[in-house]
Amino acid sequence: MRTASVRKLTVGALAAGLVLTGCGTTAEGGSASGGGDGAISGLRLLVPNSPGSGYDTTGRAVAQVMEDEELASGIEVFNLEGAGGTVGLQRLVNEEGNAKMLMQMGLGVVGAQFSNQSEATLDQTTPIAKLIEEAEAIVVPGDSPHQSIDDLVTAWKADPGGTPVGGASNPGGPDHLTPMLLAQEVGVAPTAVNYVSYDGGGELLAGILGGDVAFAATGVGEVTEAAEAGDVRILAVTSEEAVEGVDAPTLTDEGIDLVFANWRGIVAAPGISEDETQAFVDAVTEMHDSEAWQQVLEDQGWTDAFVVGDEFTSFLSDESDRVESVMSELGLA
Amino acid sequence: MDAFTELIGGFGTALTPTNLLYAFIGVLLGTAIGVLPGIGPAMTVALLLPLTRGLDVTGALIMFAGIYYGGMYGGSTTSILLNTPGESASVVTAVEGNKMARSGRAAQALATAAIGSFVAGTIATLLLALVAPTVADLAVEVSPADNFAIMLLAFIAVTSVLGSSRIRGLAALGIGLAIGLIGIDPTSGQQRLTFGIGELAEGIDVVVVAVGLFAVGEALWTAAHLRRKPIDVIPVGNPRMSRSDFQRSWKPWLRGTAIGFPFGAVPAGGAEIPTFLSYVTEKRLSKHKEEFGHGAIEGVAGPEATNNASAAGGLVPLLTLGIPTTATAAVMLAAIQSYGIEPGPQLFDNEPELVWGLIASLFIGNAVLLLLNLPLAPVWARLLRIPRSYLYAGILFFSSLGAYASNANTFDLFLLLAIGALGFMMRRYGLPILPAIIGVILGPFAEQELRQALQISNGAVSGLFDPMSVVVYAIVALIMLWPLVRRFVPRKVVPSVLEEATHEIEEAHHHHGLTDSVSVAGTTEARRRFDRAHDTEGDG
Repeated sequence: MRTASVRKLTVGALAAGLVLTGCGTTAEGGSASGGGDGAISGLRLLVPNSPGSGYDTTGRAVAQVMEDEELASGIEVFNLEGAGGTVGLQRLVNEEGNAKMLMQMGLGVVGAQFSNQSEATLDQTTPIAKLIEEAEAIVVPGDSPHQSIDDLVTAWKADPGGTPVGGASNPGGPDHLTPMLLAQEVGVAPTAVNYVSYDGGGELLAGILGGDVAFAATGVGEVTEAAEAGDVRILAVTSEEAVEGVDAPTLTDEGIDLVFANWRGIVAAPGISEDETQAFVDAVTEMHDSEAWQQVLEDQGWTDAFVVGDEFTSFLSDESDRVESVMSELGLA
Repeated sequence: MDAFTELIGGFGTALTPTNLLYAFIGVLLGTAIGVLPGIGPAMTVALLLPLTRGLDVTGALIMFAGIYYGGMYGGSTTSILLNTPGESASVVTAVEGNKMARSGRAAQALATAAIGSFVAGTIATLLLALVAPTVADLAVEVSPADNFAIMLLAFIAVTSVLGSSRIRGLAALGIGLAIGLIGIDPTSGQQRLTFGIGELAEGIDVVVVAVGLFAVGEALWTAAHLRRKPIDVIPVGNPRMSRSDFQRSWKPWLRGTAIGFPFGAVPAGGAEIPTFLSYVTEKRLSKHKEEFGHGAIEGVAGPEATNNASAAGGLVPLLTLGIPTTATAAVMLAAIQSYGIEPGPQLFDNEPELVWGLIASLFIGNAVLLLLNLPLAPVWARLLRIPRSYLYAGILFFSSLGAYASNANTFDLFLLLAIGALGFMMRRYGLPILPAIIGVILGPFAEQELRQALQISNGAVSGLFDPMSVVVYAIVALIMLWPLVRRFVPRKVVPSVLEEATHEIEEAHHHHGLTDSVSVAGTTEARRRFDRAHDTEGDG
């Protein structure tokens, strides 16, 4: 009797395991190739950065809206961080032909593939859509002596090496380019800047709060909460006009001629068919048109920057060139 | 006091029959999915999250807490029974837990894990409720330099207390560190030890290494010895924890809580370092050192409590700073945000009902977990009575499933076999497994913290030293130099005869519960020496 019940238990557990892992992870039997009508199932969204980072927030918001709008069911968001997104990019490139995987990416990945001379590159992937743009913020810890961007710049010029600046991207990414372009603008040699890269906004925020870095450049959305609580102070934002809900001037207001924006989008694995690509584009377009997504944009303070298909493909290659030329112009390439 | 009133208010919102039902369903499903190998708590929570949609915030959070705790406990269950940890935090549990299970004490291992999780979870949740903002302020002060020092401590501590020889321990650590190097360097983006294989460039998943070294290595080892040695049947054993099990467990539970909570609260902390440290601490403090490596209950009680306490600690940066430190916390963040609530410094002020409801939910989920799983422990334990050849076939099957499930990548299956073969060879040549796993898990973190600390100081080595890290380095030095130092400490001249006597006294103590029944201890002189010998044991 006992053995019989044990056997039943085992069989049950085995069956449950098969069923569950089956529906969670296999790539068979979905409907991604079946056009844009049916919900896509078994999709995995790769976030090439740590939990709490800008990519993570964006990716999870995308997954949420796609599920709520019934464009997809059971999307699994997973993090594979490292090297500013290069590790994740390599993973996606390895998944050639897998029509069940998307990757959240952005300017940071463009920069990282350049500065890391990554073997996997974005032009190997299948671009789907650019979703949003976001201004960068120049922030200092709440107890920092620097009250304005002028204070900061003065201190920075006096001792660039002793003024570590943090960012959540690898060299070439937005959080790196922002302080470098700023340095060039205010007369600090970009090569003298002491840039510390963190893997994702969460770690960076902890680094700012702990006073490990003197100041940081990062996406506005990643520090608004902390700024409202007074834990950090936003000295300036890099957009053309002030960001709604953020009590900080633009760099231009402060007499520094620099406007800069980060962007984020989605790419799919290399080698998927045109139908499969189109199904993704359709699903993302439908997601973008939903009210829920507009709400997300508003809540997060992101600017809509929706571009799909070929247009996004050529945008990507332009960005690649731009990063390269900026980096070499700054003497950092 | 204010917090207590709020907490009771939280219970008021959370404790309704419907919500209790949600808690039960959550725990049940969480455990059921959590026991599947390769599926850690983060994935369990992500898989089951859609179930909480459509419920009101409180109901959803309660079910969520149930799923969370259920998932974590489910992961420990497979670690103990099958030696297949589903995530890095339950690796240590597998070390002693599986040994216990194979000597017929699976029920006790599961019970001490369940009660330990409950105790730690309860205390840690209470701490979360009372001191979260203060802890968060302190936690962010921990710098990369400090983190690096602590990881170094974990390496040295684990390597020096495990196995018969330090050299073998260090060799195993080296193997682990080398495996941890494989992939794209997270700082510079260069490929290391990848030999042009694209799949290796993304690094090797910790679960694959842990399951390969533990479960596959063990299965191969057993298979290699099947013909020479008759298969010993796992004894049935008592289904309940005995009084001495409790006596040996309660201190590790509390110590585990004390170690786990602060680490969880540190933004770069996590559950790995504290579980390793807890294991080492318990081994050092245990009166049953000889049982370590053969199934010591302290080695399950401590790390399991630590794991749960660090999970609760992880809510500190999540709720007070909006920083998720683990994948599970990130899923939780998304869930909370989907109700239009933004965790952050002002959450406690802006959404007191939600926060206290969540904290009360954690208490309830924790309690339900204990109620549901304690009676189930003997049932699970009976699973091991399957004839061993089938059992190991099953373990291999589940290991492969787990390795595949964590990444849905067939390449991982080949890796699993290769690492399993490595695990076999390590057993063959007497290299301890745990230091290797520590190397794989903590090596990359340690490297990154080191490089970040040096980046911050602009390359100056002095950047590695601040008050906290200096203290940690002093402890590291002490551990390393201890064998040398011990020679000059006069107390160590205690003759071995006395140690034996002490041992006898302890034995008697356990059997009769009375030290005085043994004549040796009758004289005050012997008693004094006994106490002294006892003291040295703590740091020896």
